[in-house]
Amino acid sequence: MPAMNMIQALNSALDVMMAKDPNVLAYGEDAGYFGGVFRVTDGLQKKYGLTRAFDSPISEGGIIATAIGMGVYGLRPVVEVQFADYIYPGYDQIVSEASKIRYRSAGEFFVPITIRTPYGGGIFGGQTHSQSPESLFTHIAGIKTVIPSNPYDAKGLLISAIEDDDPVVFFEPKRIYNGPFSGHHDQPVLPWAKHPASDVPEGHYTVPLGKAAVVRPGNDLTVLAYGTMVHVSLAAAAESGIDAEVIDLRTLVPVDIDTIVESVKKTGRCVIVHEAPRTSGYGAELCALVQENCFWHLEAPIARVTGFDTPYPHAFEWHYFPGPKRVGEAMKRTMETR
Amino acid sequence: MKNRIPLSLRVPEPKCRPGDKPDFSALKLPEAGSVPRPEISAHARELLEYPFTLIRVLDAKGRAVGPWNPKLEPETLRRGLKHMLLVRVYDDRMYRAQRQGKTSFYMKSTGEEAVAIAAAYALERDDMCFPSYRQQGLLIARGYPLIDMMNQVYSNVKDPVKGRQLPIMYSSKEYNFFTISGNLGTQFPQAVGWAMASAYKGDDRIAASWIGDGTTAEGDFHYAMTFASVYRAPVILNVVNNQWAISCFQGIAGGNEATFASKAIGYGLPGLRVDGNDFLAVYAATQWAAARARANFGATMIELYTYRAEAHSTSDDPSRYRPADEAKAWPLGDPVERLKQHLIAIGEWSEEQHQAALAEAQEQVRAANKEAEAVGVLGQGNIPSVKTMFEDVYKDMPWHLRRQRQETGV
Ligand SMILES: Cc1ncc(C[n+]2csc(CCOP(=O)(O)OP(=O)(O)O)c2C)c(N)n1
Ligand SMILES: [Mg+2]
Repeated sequence: MPAMNMIQALNSALDVMMAKDPNVLAYGEDAGYFGGVFRVTDGLQKKYGLTRAFDSPISEGGIIATAIGMGVYGLRPVVEVQFADYIYPGYDQIVSEASKIRYRSAGEFFVPITIRTPYGGGIFGGQTHSQSPESLFTHIAGIKTVIPSNPYDAKGLLISAIEDDDPVVFFEPKRIYNGPFSGHHDQPVLPWAKHPASDVPEGHYTVPLGKAAVVRPGNDLTVLAYGTMVHVSLAAAAESGIDAEVIDLRTLVPVDIDTIVESVKKTGRCVIVHEAPRTSGYGAELCALVQENCFWHLEAPIARVTGFDTPYPHAFEWHYFPGPKRVGEAMKRTMETR
Repeated sequence: MKNRIPLSLRVPEPKCRPGDKPDFSALKLPEAGSVPRPEISAHARELLEYPFTLIRVLDAKGRAVGPWNPKLEPETLRRGLKHMLLVRVYDDRMYRAQRQGKTSFYMKSTGEEAVAIAAAYALERDDMCFPSYRQQGLLIARGYPLIDMMNQVYSNVKDPVKGRQLPIMYSSKEYNFFTISGNLGTQFPQAVGWAMASAYKGDDRIAASWIGDGTTAEGDFHYAMTFASVYRAPVILNVVNNQWAISCFQGIAGGNEATFASKAIGYGLPGLRVDGNDFLAVYAATQWAAARARANFGATMIELYTYRAEAHSTSDDPSRYRPADEAKAWPLGDPVERLKQHLIAIGEWSEEQHQAALAEAQEQVRAANKEAEAVGVLGQGNIPSVKTMFEDVYKDMPWHLRRQRQETGV
């Protein structure tokens, strides 16, 4: 199998689906001829033609609204929002429309669209190229929210998202497009080729939505993470010497409650990690779920390691970004509670 | 019986791609001086032809001709030229700084210097500007210190916005330059609101805003035009049509179906279409729109027809989507060269003076940059105190932010 980085894997997912299903098309700002500012749609216009992969006006509201219309017709558009920080002009169409069309029409109409968007920090992008707005979508009934953490999952999850009959917001952790990132920004970054999850089949396969992955088994503590933070958590686990079980959630809604509960019941301790600001972040939901489902098994308070409740600040990239040091400290604190 | 043909989807494409010979032969350029100058009180209904022509003052020989000639003093023209040179030199230096790893990002305005400089000259110093990221010329024309711009670009301890913003996202209340947003288009309707407030208060200041051709596709464009028209707001709404929005030619924003200026018609606003590389034309159109706004006749939309001569930003490589030599083929030339040619033609400038002015701009930029680099460049750690990261989220810091600040140990 060829070694793919995340960009190639996502591109391969689109390629496979466009070859398989003429109802799949891809568009977005700079996503046509140029192939996207991160190159995820590279080559698709050449291969599938101008009307299958094309450039859109700079109008996230227009992009998402037209995708809804196409979805209602019966197509499966995969649209790109150039940065998650720019999804807000399309937010109304997601929150008031895409999410509710099935419900309000009693299942008559539905919206099988996928909205891809790069998210997250670690690239010195300042406050408008670094945000993690996933909780603004996990809060919306009728939307599925997916975040892969490696090339194999990225391809399999994107194919599942495209084949899914409900609207999916698919967040791509841009910091790890080209290689896994432990959060040690002063160390050289490994390319994906050195990572087993870069082994990506060329053809069609799926990774199911709603299924988490235990990426590091352990007995003492459960870490719940997704996206770039999976790699940061793995680094923190390795460095702390704590026998942590690291769970990559992969899908935030619907979340894989069984895997979470099974792990926390075993370890009795839980640390939740995300880049997004703390207040009303997805970690709050995870915290509540663990408390509701595992309370009598908990041996320590659940800990959250998150971004701060400030906009993402340019010069303070590495102070803001929850790195392995902060994650490791939270793990230690959680272990020390008896 | 049905007699229907299969529908087909159209996706517009630019005329030229990499490897093609640049071709602007389809551009219809009216003669300089050929467009009449209406009264500022004219109703938008009387101005329906303006969006389809091009207001030009400088002709091919560098003469200033026609009714739009603002008849500026030679001294003003020389200052304008020097300011454009300064923007160009500044852009080159900061671009290089990014390439040298001294900052994360930069965006040049090369080829579009007249858009910002001439507008700044035609506006009053206390008129409020709501720019996009490509009007650094406004700050430079208003005399904002270069060193402060550089400190912002380097996100260092003296950065006026405290290291919080991506390079080029300047802010200066003192210079009536609104804090730049990375989210395209948001400032356009905000400028209208500022202008409405100024009208409400019986103030005499007006507002001006700038967005790119690509950004007209955002809903904000519609909000701005609607409110500006309904409330007759004293605002100038500039659309800088530099032909490209990153890799997308202006046809993707709808520019092939109708000119951007003509969008004003449906809102009942005047739409002027102006040669954006002609300092005098930009000055004259802005002056007209400003006089109109000040006289309570309301808003004007101006399409500045220009060309983005270089990459979108330091993250972009335009040779992947447009002919490499397209900028050189741009039929409206270069704003610096054209004003220079004009000044020489009227005997108020020489090649020697130009070289001296260029050297002076270079020296000014070099000296400021030396000072800014001594303060610190990005990644060196000479950033504002980490404590400040938690400030200004709210006027008063709530308990949860104070706690987060304490947790970081600062
Ligand atoms: C809401 C939003 N969507 C997308 C972007 C990404 N983006 C930044 S600049 C740009 C192109 C803008 O083109 P145009 O309006 O023509 O201005 P120009 O860069 O040519 O001056 C895009 C798509 C953004 N910054 N904000
Ligand atoms: Mg443009």
